[in-house]
This record gives sequence, C-alpha cells and structure tokens, in this order.
Amino acid sequence: MKRRVFFSIMVVCLIATLTACKAKSDSTVGTDVSNSSGDLIKVGFSQVGAESDWRTANSESMKKTFSEENGYELIFDDAQQKQENQIAAIRNFIQQDVDYIVLAPVTETGWDTVLQEAKDAGIPVIIVDRMVNVSDEGLYTAWVGSNFELEGKKAAAWLDAYLKAAGKGEDSINIVDIQGTIGASAQIGRTAGLEAGVNEHSNWTLLVKTTGEFTQAKGQEVMESLLKQYGDKIDVVYCENDNEAFGAIDAIEAAGYKVGLDGDMIVMSFDSTNAGLTDTLSGKISLNTECNPLHGTRVEEIIKTLEKGETPDKKKYVEEEIFSFDNSVPSVTVDGTDYTVTQVTQEVIDSRAY
Amino acid sequence: MIEKVGNRKHCYKKITERRLFMPLVCLFIVLLANVIKTPDFFKVSINNGVLYGYTIDILNRGSELIILSIGMTLVTAASGGQDISVGAVMAVAAAVCCQILSGGAVTTNTFENPLIIAILAAFTVSILCGMFNGFLVARLHIQPMVATLILYTAGRGIAQLITKGQITYIRVDNYKILGGYIGSCPVPTPIFAAIMTVIIVFLVIKNTALGLYIECVGINGSASRLVGLNSAMLKFLTYIICSLLAGVAGIVASSRIYSADANNIGLNLEMDAILAVALGGNILSGGKFSLAGSVIGAITIQALTTTLYAMKVSADQLPVYKAIVVIVIVILQSPIFKKYAAGLVSKRAAEGIEGAN
Repeated sequence: MKRRVFFSIMVVCLIATLTACKAKSDSTVGTDVSNSSGDLIKVGFSQVGAESDWRTANSESMKKTFSEENGYELIFDDAQQKQENQIAAIRNFIQQDVDYIVLAPVTETGWDTVLQEAKDAGIPVIIVDRMVNVSDEGLYTAWVGSNFELEGKKAAAWLDAYLKAAGKGEDSINIVDIQGTIGASAQIGRTAGLEAGVNEHSNWTLLVKTTGEFTQAKGQEVMESLLKQYGDKIDVVYCENDNEAFGAIDAIEAAGYKVGLDGDMIVMSFDSTNAGLTDTLSGKISLNTECNPLHGTRVEEIIKTLEKGETPDKKKYVEEEIFSFDNSVPSVTVDGTDYTVTQVTQEVIDSRAY
Repeated sequence: MIEKVGNRKHCYKKITERRLFMPLVCLFIVLLANVIKTPDFFKVSINNGVLYGYTIDILNRGSELIILSIGMTLVTAASGGQDISVGAVMAVAAAVCCQILSGGAVTTNTFENPLIIAILAAFTVSILCGMFNGFLVARLHIQPMVATLILYTAGRGIAQLITKGQITYIRVDNYKILGGYIGSCPVPTPIFAAIMTVIIVFLVIKNTALGLYIECVGINGSASRLVGLNSAMLKFLTYIICSLLAGVAGIVASSRIYSADANNIGLNLEMDAILAVALGGNILSGGKFSLAGSVIGAITIQALTTTLYAMKVSADQLPVYKAIVVIVIVILQSPIFKKYAAGLVSKRAAEGIEGAN
C-alpha cells in the first residue's frame, strides 16, 4: 500500500514536469494568426526571445507599429533563443504567404538556405538588431540596428570632454574595460570605440580588458579581482552593458571605494535600460549610452518605401541618445557630427518606453 | 580543512596513502603557484570594515560550489552516477524565490511576500525536482546521467517560464544579506552558508548510520537490499538532498546579484561540482566517499579560477588554462600514476613497476 502511494506520487510529479515542458513548447509556436481581410499588409516577425528588458521593448515597439489600426497584420513568433525555431518560423511565414518578413537573428551565421527560400518566394526580408552573415548580400532587403562602434566612440568622446571640462585633461587616466561576451557585435563595436579613444590620447592607459559576459554576476566577480590587482589606480570602469555595471558597482562599493564623478572611480555603461538610468540618476553610473530597441518605426519606413516601389537604404542605423549624470558636457562630437548629451532626470526615465 | 599529517610515527608511505593526501597536495600546488607569481596573494586586510583579499574571494566565490559538491558526493556514492541537473535546479529555485518576493513584477523595491515563504517555496520546488530525479534513478533504474539530463535541459526553460523570460530584480537590502554581509560582520555570508551546510550534512552522516548505508548501497545495491537496507529509498533520498542543496546554492547565487537570471545562474556549475568530487579523491562509480575531499576539491577549483584572475588571464581564456591544470591534477591522482610515483620514491623494485606501466 505504502509503495503504491509512493509510486502514484511519483507518477504525478513526472506528469507535472512533462506538462511543464509541453507548456514551454506550446508557447514557442505562440503565433497569433487572425485570418482577416486582404487589404492589411501581412508582416511576419521572428524575434529571438524575451531575455532582457531591451528585448521586450524591442518586441513591444514592433507590435505597436504593426497594429491593425496602422494597416498591418503582424504574425509574431518568439524563438526562445533557438535558431531552429526561427528557421521554422520563417518557413511558416513563407507558407502563409506574408508580404514582408522581419527577422531578429539569434546568431549571425546559418541563414543562407532559408533566406534563399524567402527570396524564391518573392518575400522581402528585413533584418533587425544583429547582422546576418550570408554569402549573397541580396538575400535580404535591408538591415536596421545599432551602430555599436559609434556608441563606443560617443562614450570615449564624452570622457574626453568631461575630463577637459573638469580640468583633468592632461592627467594620466587608467581605464579598465569589462567587455561583453567575446564575439558579440555589441562587444566588438564598443571595445573598438574605446580603443580608438585610448589611441588618440597619450595620457589614457587601458590597463586591462576582460570579459564580464554581459552578466551581473560575472561583472562583479571580474571587478573584485581587478580591484585587488590595481586598487585605486583605476580611474574609469568601462562596462559594456548595464548588467555588468551593476555588478561592478557592487564590487567597487564593497571594497570601500566610491563610484561617481566626485568619487574614486567613474563608471560608464551602455544600453540605458530603466534600471541603468536609475543608477545614472543617482550618480553611480556617470555616463550611459543608449542602445535603442525601438526599431518599429524604422522598419515601417522601409516597408513604406518598398510599397511605393522604391529601393530603401541597405543599412539603416537607429538614432541613439547619450545620458549623463551631470550637465558639464552639453554635447560631444564624433567624426564631425554633434550628438547632444541629455542630463538624466526622473521625467526622462518616466517618459521612456522601457 | 587543513589536516595535520605531521605525525612523527607515520612513515612516508602511510602519509601518502591517506585519502586526503593527494587532494591536499593539489590544492597546495595551486596555492604555491601564487606565492611565486603574486606574492601578496595571501594578504588579508580589513577594507571598508570587511575582510579583503584573494583568499577570502576563493572561499566566498567557492561557497555555491562547496554546497553543490556535498550533494553531488552523496549522489555519486549512492547511485554511482552524477546529477547533472543541479545548475538548472539552482536557476529554478532562484526563479521561484524571486518571483514570489516580487509578487510577479519584473522589479520590486519591497518584499511583496515574506522572505521566509519565498525561501521555503524555493526549497519545496528543489525537493520536488530531487524527487523527480530520484524516482527516475531509484525506481525506474534509469542511468543517472540520462535521468538528470531531463531537468538539465528542461530546468532552465521552467525557470524562464516562471520569470516570464525576464530577469526579476529584488532591490531590497534584506535580500542582499545572504550573498553579501550580515550587518557589520566582516566575513561574507556565503562562507557561513557553506560552513553550515558542511557541518549539518557531516553531523547527520556521522551521528546516524546514513553514511554507512549510502556507502553500502553504492558498493553493492543488491547485497545491501538482501541484508535489509532499502536501497531504492536511500538513492531516492540522496537525490532529494542533492537538489535541496542546489536550491540553497541557487538562493545564495541569486542573493549575490539580487535577481533571478534564469539564463545564467549556476551555468556550467554542475560540471565543476562533479570535478570537485573527482578531485576530492572520490570514486565516480560509487561506494566509499569523503565529504572533506569534495570540499577540498571545490576549494581547489575556485582557487584555480581566482589564481588565474590574479595572474591577469582574461576571463574568456580561463577554461583553456583550467583544462590544462585539471588534466595534470587528474593524472596526479590516477591510480596508475600513484603506483608509478610510489615505485620511484621508494626505489624498491622500481624496474618491475615501470615495466608494468
């Protein structure tokens, strides 16, 4: 009897776990297809997943832009970080004969076959966020995303302008770079932007660059170790996303140093998520360069151009802002273009979509 | 942890034949490398009111691994296999805990539900995971690696589902205690968590016959059943303990970053835990086990990571160096090598042994 009760409990557990797995796979193909009238423009969007606030804001931007009121029918597919799900989604879109396919690729490679299928079916493909690496550039119509190197250069330009404004333009400045996941386009661009800045200034030293893998835990661990190696020699901590910055700040404060413009170390960060800007407002992060997730309007512009029968630009960067704690630097200049630096206030944070 | 082996009566052979000898030598070698390369490695100072130094980092960062390796040792000893789902169970426990605390929101500045309820719920879910694993292994006799592979792959998906695919932030100071410091106590809390876990499990094993039973089942399950031990139940129990400890480690890891990062909490930690068990001189096919060995193994792995950071090895190249050192350590501990080394030192019948190898 006892055995039987035990056995049945186990079976229940087994079934519970299996249904949990099933629920997961169900949401994978969570497309909301509604058969509607033919005059709507049908857009299929294959999204990577919902791993961060940034990604959620990106999905929201698409859903808002391609609403039925605006004359679109959006088929949204969440790939849960898996390329095979995205390939399956694109094949589904082709079968459903959508007018446009929008793809936010999880990886850069492996898209040749499925994009060729889309091309053969005569459906234009618009890539957003990350780039695809295909043998024939003609396989996709256009790309919309961030200019990561420009983001890095903007940050370096701000540091230069800030130091000059504070009268420290000639002081020797030691920088540590907590990089993103090695090989990610955001990491490559942002590191390159910083390195370009360091090469321009003989008094700037890049002490070390090491990866924090875009996570808070790793950022904290790496910073702990860097503090023991270099201690108060560090002047600037350049974190390649907000999560790493949170971890680094925790480590710096635990070691008894003060972060901020009037403290021991200046922390710079990227992405400008809500939480990141909250830390910028409190002065812990001195500069936060935006990585704009609102791709919807740019993609719509491209679709409108295509509807008119014109050819859109192959690559289109989204506009990205710069947020700082104080107002000592009103604007920065990179490659001859001026970019305004916004001082963070509670209103700025509240007015943002993510 | 540091065992005194300096008994004058013992001859060389008796020392080297002690179980913990090789694990301690390995740890010693790793630490020795630091004395040469980074002279101030062992310097511990009080900085900002807390203990500060590389050695503190090793113990602090290694806490989760120590807790996991304890559970892994028991599972290994009883079932002769490993539980590879511990990393995923950590993520599930963290997700449950944070989701209850935030009341379903993505970020919160106050506890929506009492902390104790959240922690108990996380432990309950961990135990359920352990029951699932234990049922598959002990009742259905599925290979441990294969059985736990289910939660290894599904676990993070479940955690993602619980957190709705987001990172849930708990920005409350009380939640940071477990991964930070208690009040003005200079020792990081994770170290206490690890020590407490080790002591509790050690006392249970030593003061009851559980340890002996686990070894019996691991050495010969059928024979143990014939002498009246419920081997299935014992195996089942070790999987529950292992998952519960994974839940504890998950909450510590989550408290460090005051959030539940379902994608990254405990990522690849299961492999480090298995390695810790192996480095501790435990046989991976079950039977006799040594908790102290596994703890030393876990400290060795973390010491290696911290050492490489101190030597300015970039974090992305870490696995390569780690692999090299692990290969050396595993070879040092292999029975064939031990025999060879013993033969060389004693110079007794050296030729014969070398010939055999």
